[in-house]
Amino acid sequence: MSDRVPVLKIGRVLLVSIQQDLEDQMVMDLQDDLSRRIVDTGAKGVVIDISALEIVDSFVGRMLADNASVSRLLGAETIVVGMRPAVAMTLVELGLSLKGVRTALNLERGLKLLRRLGTDPA
Amino acid sequence: MKDYGASATPAETVQVATSGDVVTARQMVRTLAQRGGLGLVHQTKLVTAASELGRNMLVYGGGGVVRAAALSDAGRSGIYVEFRDEGPGIPDVELALTDGWTSGNGMGLGLSGARRLVDEFDIASGPEGTTVRIVKWAR
Repeated sequence: MSDRVPVLKIGRVLLVSIQQDLEDQMVMDLQDDLSRRIVDTGAKGVVIDISALEIVDSFVGRMLADNASVSRLLGAETIVVGMRPAVAMTLVELGLSLKGVRTALNLERGLKLLRRLGTDPA
Repeated sequence: MKDYGASATPAETVQVATSGDVVTARQMVRTLAQRGGLGLVHQTKLVTAASELGRNMLVYGGGGVVRAAALSDAGRSGIYVEFRDEGPGIPDVELALTDGWTSGNGMGLGLSGARRLVDEFDIASGPEGTTVRIVKWAR
């Protein structure tokens, strides 16, 4: 019934580029899909691009935080990239600072950060 | 909070019965906020609050109606949004407004977080349902 967010594999990295306004069911599906793909592919890094998201509410915020923790337990580092400044300000006021989530300004820097963390994206 | 409900016209409404309807409701609020001249950060805060309150209404109130309208009062302009459900009501509203309090699987930031994101916030809850009304002014 609802669409799924595609999870792309590039080298040893999984790339998730969220391009549409997320329904709660899509958020839950993405969480399941990602952990399964990490195990199936042995990916060492996950990059989630949220630059197209106009809002991140507590539900999506929780998914980002949970996903970072679950991925880490499965041996993959997660970087969230492309958060809009207005979204960041809103999240902090909402009370969600996403402490356990690594972030980078954009996709390029996110991949660079993964490399520095010892996850060679190639 | 002042009763802006009557003065806020014309109002647009979205019936919320599924999580897809929550998306529709917050898009309606965003469109109104853009038209109403709210800055980007204000828009983002209002739409995020609407998303929290719309989800609450669906999960705890069994769905309901979101009604939104542009507003002008004493030379200010803003956006008024009302969330009305006919669910069982919130037993302890003060407790529900506490950070971290949750009866479900959320992070307990829905009501308290939404209240921080808007300029005016009012909640009335009883056995016949819950109504939350919010206003965000265009600065």
